Amino acid sequence: MSETHAGTHAALMEASPFGIQSKKLAMWLFIASDAVTFGAVLFGYSFLRVGSLDWSYPFKFSPSIINAFIMTVILLTSSLTMLAGVFAAKAGNKARCLAWMGVTMLLGAIFAILHLREWFHMFDEGWGLFKNPLGGSADFGAGFFGITGLHLTHVVSGVIALAVVALGYNSGRLDKNHVETTSLYWHFVDFVWMFVFPIVYLMNAAR
Amino acid sequence: MNDTQAAVHHHVAPQGFIRKYVFSLDHKVIGLQYYGLALLAVFIGMVLSWLMRLHLGWASLPIPGLHFLSANGAPGNIMTPEYYLSLMTMHGTIMVFFVLTNAPFAGFGNYFLPIQVGAADMAFPRFNMMSFWVTFTAFIVFMLAFFVGDGPPLAGWTAYTPLSSVGGTSGPGEATGQTLWAISIALFCVGQLLGSLNFITTTLDLRTKGMTLARMPLSTWAWFVTACIGLLAFADLLPACILLILDRAFGTSFFNPAGMVVSDQLLKYSGGSPLLWQHLFWFFGHPEVYIAIIPGFGIVSHILCANTRKPLLGGTRVMIGCIIALGFLSYMVWGHHMFVSGLNPFSALLFSVPTLIITIPSTVAVLMWVGSVYGAKLRFNTASLFCLGFISVFISGGISGFFLAQPSTDIFLHATYFVVAHFHFVMAVAAIFGIFAATYFWMPKMIGRMMNETLGKWHFWLTFIGVYCIFMPMHYLGLAANVRRYSAFTDDFLIPLIPVHKFITIAALLTGAAQLIFLWNLFYARFWGPKAPDNPWEATSLEWSTPSSPPPFDNFGGKQIEVFHDAYQYGGAGAKDYVMQTDPASVPAD
Repeated sequence: MSETHAGTHAALMEASPFGIQSKKLAMWLFIASDAVTFGAVLFGYSFLRVGSLDWSYPFKFSPSIINAFIMTVILLTSSLTMLAGVFAAKAGNKARCLAWMGVTMLLGAIFAILHLREWFHMFDEGWGLFKNPLGGSADFGAGFFGITGLHLTHVVSGVIALAVVALGYNSGRLDKNHVETTSLYWHFVDFVWMFVFPIVYLMNAAR
Repeated sequence: MNDTQAAVHHHVAPQGFIRKYVFSLDHKVIGLQYYGLALLAVFIGMVLSWLMRLHLGWASLPIPGLHFLSANGAPGNIMTPEYYLSLMTMHGTIMVFFVLTNAPFAGFGNYFLPIQVGAADMAFPRFNMMSFWVTFTAFIVFMLAFFVGDGPPLAGWTAYTPLSSVGGTSGPGEATGQTLWAISIALFCVGQLLGSLNFITTTLDLRTKGMTLARMPLSTWAWFVTACIGLLAFADLLPACILLILDRAFGTSFFNPAGMVVSDQLLKYSGGSPLLWQHLFWFFGHPEVYIAIIPGFGIVSHILCANTRKPLLGGTRVMIGCIIALGFLSYMVWGHHMFVSGLNPFSALLFSVPTLIITIPSTVAVLMWVGSVYGAKLRFNTASLFCLGFISVFISGGISGFFLAQPSTDIFLHATYFVVAHFHFVMAVAAIFGIFAATYFWMPKMIGRMMNETLGKWHFWLTFIGVYCIFMPMHYLGLAANVRRYSAFTDDFLIPLIPVHKFITIAALLTGAAQLIFLWNLFYARFWGPKAPDNPWEATSLEWSTPSSPPPFDNFGGKQIEVFHDAYQYGGAGAKDYVMQTDPASVPAD
């Protein structure tokens, strides 16, 4: 809604302690909740890893760690481009915002493709949800595919959400606040990756 | 705020039956739907407890018709030990999830939280509708477990692994039944997450002019804190259930250790840990019992103030502090459920200390209620009686908590009837008493008709005496080392305890039968009760400022209301001893 709308209603309402839209607050609450979900899964993975006697360390520097590193750079860059999109939207420059959102979606899609390529490469090597070709704990596969699968689901949902919001913003059905709220989700997905990358990749580098 | 406000202002009262009563966006209808679902569930759960109690008292007595429920589980109408466990699992899950979460939090919270903050509806009415229907689907999926091949699961409401995670080899009900359990609870989590998100946003963003956070009624505060707990707790159980489903259906072994032999079969799992489930489950499970009880704290405080005609002793803000402290501490103590699970003894100590610290806000709250009643001209109606009952059973259950919070005594008492007595008093019966108090207090507003006070008082006294007859002897059983989850007592040292079990069974049957009085009272009032006035209890909060009972579609008849005081301005000297929140008049002097 427009700024004037907020103005007329503000007189009838008690101020929100955070002074933000309900939808934005709801997104923050969702992020808090989702953080617990990721926390639970990462805790479970770490708990099993610490207790394991025969953990596998499969990721060679080349290509796995390099690939994951490139994915990390891409995802972090996409946060920057998303930010540029939000700034453009706030400045009222719709075309530039849509362009930046497009770049963000592209980077998200590249991340997903690189990730899936890695997955299929691992499937070929014999890895699976409960398969370990190195003969160590089968929990590596369960943890790896479980956590990265959860994250990848978030990335793909994020790209779809960005596409829906970009279309709505283009047609005028949605406004700059929707862009910003969606960007919160996108940044969260990037933020979670900063936990997934070291815990799942770096700590399992071949030694 | 502006977006959703605009949306709320725009939507008009729906006309068709489906939109009005089934897929309704109205928080009041959704609240009643949750309440109705809880009512259905509580009677199913109660009948299950009757079946279990009958078997515990008279193990060889056939229960006529039981074999219709399960031919394998009850050949000759006598339940097998496994079927006893299945009934226990269904009883626990139904009661904890579909009754103690649905009624006090989702039911009454949905109905009254928006009204008490002066809003026309929840912040996200569509999420609200989804929340109920996802929960309803969860209930249907769960009840299907009764009718699948080998019956309902038997791993308890806590679904401890590896019993729950290895599939059909571990016992009857552990094939399809346990999978249905996990799917149902995962759905339930989604429903409650949507609800919690809605409650928090509504409380923070949709308060009417003048309704500062400190002026919100205590019931609203309790629902708000409960929603904050639920938002995090269910977000933890959801992935736990998904991992359980992965273990059961996709061959992973998150919860299954290597070299496990079940039913003389070596299972091909490796690397998992059954303790992981306990950590994930209880990180949800302990906050869950606060989700059940904290709305009771708010409801009892709210109703006691209206019936003692004065604010709480010590002040509303202290109670708000207690509720917030309980909500926070509920996340610090999950390990006290795992004292005998093989935790490091130092970890046990680490969980024991915050568990004992929880007694501080609990005790402060109890002292505030007792102190408020002391010397007050208490109006003895059914609602206030159930509040007193709540305080009584909460104290009784709380005291046994001291013994269980100590790892040294818990090692002996764990998994005995002492624990059964403790949690039934402190969370189950106390929360149910909160629900009853809320029902007698708010039903006039919700259904527009008064409930019968005489029947209500009969209901209270029979229930109150009944629950003490059921659960007090269980402390004795526990101290005599009567383990829980046994379907019959054939060990030498348990045989002398059977008469106690018979007494408990009779008490449970009678107390259960007394609930029919309540059911009759509720249904009679709904259709033939005397019409309720707008403010039958002379209370001050916004739900009593609505222009009719039940309130119109937008709650306040299109009127913009303004709030001038907190909700507990009672005790003036004049003929009218209270000031409505919407009344700009000054506060009465003592």
